[in-house]
Parts: sequence; C-alpha cells; structure tokens
Amino acid sequence: MTRKLEISKHKLVPQHEILSEEEAMVLLDKLNISRGQLPKTYKNDPMVKKIKATVGDIIRITRKSNTAGESYYYRVVIEP
Amino acid sequence: MYLSQKKIDERLMELKEEIPMKMYNDLNRELSKVKITEEALENILKDVLRRYRYAKVEPGEAVGILAAQSMGEPSTQMTMRTFHYAGVAELNVTLGLPRIIEIVDARKQPSTPSMTIYLEEDYRNNPEMAKKVASTIGNLYVSDLLESDELDYLGSKVILYLDEYELDKNEVEVDEIVSKVKSGIKGIDVESDGKSVVLSLTKGKNTSRKELKKILTKAKIIYIRGVKGVTRVVMRKEGDEHVIYTEGSNLKDLLKIDGVDITRTKTNDILEVHRVLGIEAARNAIINEIQDTLNEQGLIVDIRHLMLISDIMTVDGDVKAIGRHGVSGEKASVLARAAFEITVDHLLDAGVKGEYDELEGIVENVIVGRPVKLGTGMVEVVMRRELEESKEAI
Repeated sequence: MTRKLEISKHKLVPQHEILSEEEAMVLLDKLNISRGQLPKTYKNDPMVKKIKATVGDIIRITRKSNTAGESYYYRVVIEP
Repeated sequence: MYLSQKKIDERLMELKEEIPMKMYNDLNRELSKVKITEEALENILKDVLRRYRYAKVEPGEAVGILAAQSMGEPSTQMTMRTFHYAGVAELNVTLGLPRIIEIVDARKQPSTPSMTIYLEEDYRNNPEMAKKVASTIGNLYVSDLLESDELDYLGSKVILYLDEYELDKNEVEVDEIVSKVKSGIKGIDVESDGKSVVLSLTKGKNTSRKELKKILTKAKIIYIRGVKGVTRVVMRKEGDEHVIYTEGSNLKDLLKIDGVDITRTKTNDILEVHRVLGIEAARNAIINEIQDTLNEQGLIVDIRHLMLISDIMTVDGDVKAIGRHGVSGEKASVLARAAFEITVDHLLDAGVKGEYDELEGIVENVIVGRPVKLGTGMVEVVMRRELEESKEAI
C-alpha cells in the first residue's frame, strides 16, 4: 500500500551533486565571486537532505533546459 | 583532404565551454554525417559562433524589464475571470489572469488546488486497476457506506446499517470499519454481525438523546481511508492511458501509493512542490504552470522570460512572491523600495535605522539624477595606476 518516497525520480527534480572543495574553489575563482553571492538553497530542502549536503556546501544542479539542452546551476547550502 | 572524425571531435571539444550543450550536440550530430575539409569546418564553426554571439543578450541589457513587459502585455489580453475547465468537465480549476497572479504572488494555497495523477505501466491501460487506485485516493467516510442508521434510546445504542453494495464496490471489510470506529470514538463498545455495526456505551445506560446523536454524527465522519486533503477524484481516458484528476492536493502522501507514477504526477500547488520535492522542482513547476496557463489562452511568451521570473523567485532557497512581500520588498536599496510601494514607511524606517544607500541600482539613480547603470551606462573609465606612475617617472 505504501512505499518510500523517492523524490529524485520525479520529472521536476534535476540532478543534484555536491562539489568537492577543489571543484568549488575552481568555480568561485572562475566566476570571481564569493560563496555568499551564489544562489541559495536551504539545509532542510528535500533534495539537499537526500544528497546529505551540509551548510556551506556548493551543489551543482544539472538542469534540463528547453533552450540550452543542459545547463549547470550552482546553489550554496544555507541555514533556513 | 577530408578531416577524420577524431579531428572534428577534438575541434568541437575546444568549443564545448563556450556554446550551450544543445548546440554542441546539434553540431556533433550534423558533422558526423558529412565529409569535410579543415577549411570548411573552420568556416562553419566561425559562422555558428558569430551567430551564437550575436544572439546572446548583451551585458547591461535590462532583462528584468523585458521579462516583465513580455509577460505583462499578453496578460492584458486575458479575460479577467475564466471559469474554464481544464480538460475535465467536472473539475473546476482557476485559469487565466487570476491563476497567473496566484503563481507570481506565491500564495500559501492556490484557490483551486488540484493534482494530475499519472499511473504506472501496469495500471495505466487497465481501467479496473486504474479505478482501484482512484478509489484508494478518494476519501471514504463511514457515512458513505451506510444504508441507514438508528438510535436505540432504551438500550443506549447507535445502530449503523451497512450498505452491502457500497462495501463491495469499495472493497471494505466490516472489521475495518469496526476497528476504525473503535479507535475514533472513546467510551464505546463496538459489535458487528456483518450487516450492521452496533455502538453501545460502556458506562451506564442513562445517556441522553443528545449524547447518542453526538455519537452518531461523530461515527459518520470517521475516515476510513484515502489521501487526506483530496476531496474529489475524477478519472479520464487520455489517449491510451487513464489519468486521474483530483480536487485538493497532497503530493507527499499520494506519491506513496502503489500504482502512482512518481515521475510524472504533478500538483498545481507550487509551495507544496517546494516542500516535497525541493526548490529546484519548485522553479520548474513555476515555469510549467505559467506556460500552461498562457498557452491555454493561446498566448505565447518566450520561455526565457518565464525562466528569469522563476529564477528570481527561487534564488534565495525559498519561493518568494514578486511584489511588496517578496522580491521588490527585499531590495537592498532604500530608495528603490520607497519608489515601489508604501514610500513613507520605508523612508521613515530607513531613517530610524540609519540605513545607507549605495546608489547601485536603477531607480535610485533615476531619483538622484545620475546616469543609470544599464546598457552603455554600465561601464566606467578606470585609470591604470602603473601607467600614470610610469609617466611621472619620465
């Protein structure tokens, strides 16, 4: 009757992954910004919880885009 | 001398950083079909890049205003209030301008929450199985299963006569009703003989009429099963699959039901999508909902504008409204906020707190009469120190 809720399979949910510290530095360097200037996502967001990210982590989101095919978006995890 | 496929791939990889994935894939696909010389390849790539760069939005372009106008103009063409029915005749869903306003305002609850439920492969083509899923979603109360009821004042009992046809239809066992009623009402004994359920008070027999009536009403609204929050369920055949529409929305509980396709099932409650699936899903939901509403009225707005609106609403990890309580109300500049709405309050508040305005934005600069940082106003002349110093040395 009931089963576990697997949100990552939903069509609306793109792929999320945590950037390693080196990758994060490379990204921030390339964009020439600080962590706080990135778009944000809350620590208690269902997808953030699922990939077990902690505050300060940068998450790479691989969006399926209608215009670009596929694109990357980055969010930093913050306290709500 | 034609280029080998490997050479072409290598050349394309160099461009991968600059061009979007879709363009890269298109180029890759088309170039693998043809035999081509190096010169021809370079010419093609040069032309593709030139056109791509030409199509890109220039730095300093006022994209927000473009998005606002591109969505605002078609909205004026929309009928103020439409009671259109989205596909299903029996279900009323808010559409048109009221719906757009609702999405952009990020309301806590849409005026007509509704879900579109798709089913898994084994269920979608089989009407029997689809009906089964629909019946587990729809709310079932004790009152739905009764033929009649009776109050026995002498014996201090409430007797519920069950409707066998309804029991059969909904596949409910009598025991299930008995246990649900037992746990739902305190201080009663429940017995059943298969056709009726008898509720008798445990303490004393001198209960008043009023009390018995109270128990009867309580018993009738005991909930047997279903997804909480869903008030109506309609099944419809769409193409070759069965789709279920509901009034009321509860995505979290619904996705746990067997047979429901978790990849496609959707709700029109954006904040619920945010709660259950996360901020990125909410962003996609906003785009889809606005686009569906506009397309339903025969209006076409470039998706880039909707993407921008949706991105702005979700940058901070929360779904913010566009307007006083959201995006415009949280601007960093006091003057920009004051220019929007409730001017005096903002200025007074800023005065009390001793706020500072960096004059970085558009509105602030219009107010103080400086060049606006837009388009060609974005750039400034910067003096190169080393150059000046070397001059002095001479």
